[in-house]
Amino acid sequence: MRRRKPRSSVLDPRSCNKRRRFLATAGGLAVAAALPSTATAQMNRMPPNNMPEVIRRLVGTAKVNTGRVKLGVPPLVENGHLVPLTVTVESPMTEADHVKAIHVFTDKNPLPEVISFYVGPRAGRASLSTRVRLADTETVVAIAQMSDGSFWSERQNVVVTTAACLEEL
Amino acid sequence: MAVARIDVPKTARRGDVIDIRTLISHTMETGYRRDYLGKTLPRDIITGFTCTYNGAEVCRAVFHPAISANPYLAFSVVAADSGTLQFTWTGDNGFTFTESATITVA
Repeated sequence: MRRRKPRSSVLDPRSCNKRRRFLATAGGLAVAAALPSTATAQMNRMPPNNMPEVIRRLVGTAKVNTGRVKLGVPPLVENGHLVPLTVTVESPMTEADHVKAIHVFTDKNPLPEVISFYVGPRAGRASLSTRVRLADTETVVAIAQMSDGSFWSERQNVVVTTAACLEEL
Repeated sequence: MAVARIDVPKTARRGDVIDIRTLISHTMETGYRRDYLGKTLPRDIITGFTCTYNGAEVCRAVFHPAISANPYLAFSVVAADSGTLQFTWTGDNGFTFTESATITVA
């Protein structure tokens, strides 16, 4: 048998990659066919996001006012894994009148809670900045708890193109 | 081993409100992702953060899985006295990490 001369296309890393990609896809399809549990099935098994209930538990019988809180979150994000979020609350931050806590919630993540930030007069300013994950196009709610027992909030809708939290590896 | 980055001004005037930025390396595994066999990856996140200024607590945060990987947190502190700011992160699987910074208040 005549030995085949190695053709450039065989050694071409691009063609190898194509083959590997095909194998990987075929393997992936086989695994997917063997395991009927999909992301939606996973979601169905999870308890639904109960944001209003969680907020009610935090606030109790107090009224949540609108205002004093400034929630900075982009209205449209491409990547839900890393969404910059800032919350600033108008307050003199004195011993007598200050912000005790800032809570952030979402209404479509697997869990409604995002962060609870406890501050006091030593902070000087009631502001925080962090980065969060958003699993869907959803509403972000920031609630500030004041030293006088009142609650203030702001909510903003965020459109997310690539969701976080529920993707497979 | 985690790596933390802290941004605290070296000097400040007494009474000034200074900005502090913190960043720590951590995967923040949510507990909702699955591997390619469909097995859920166990949750592994940082759950708590505390900042103390000369031993007194300035602020405290509770993180949930919705905080991104490599948690970033920026906040402010009143520059009261020269001294040490200590930052402590605690989390799942016994995770703890402490970092400190010194500040000179004139």
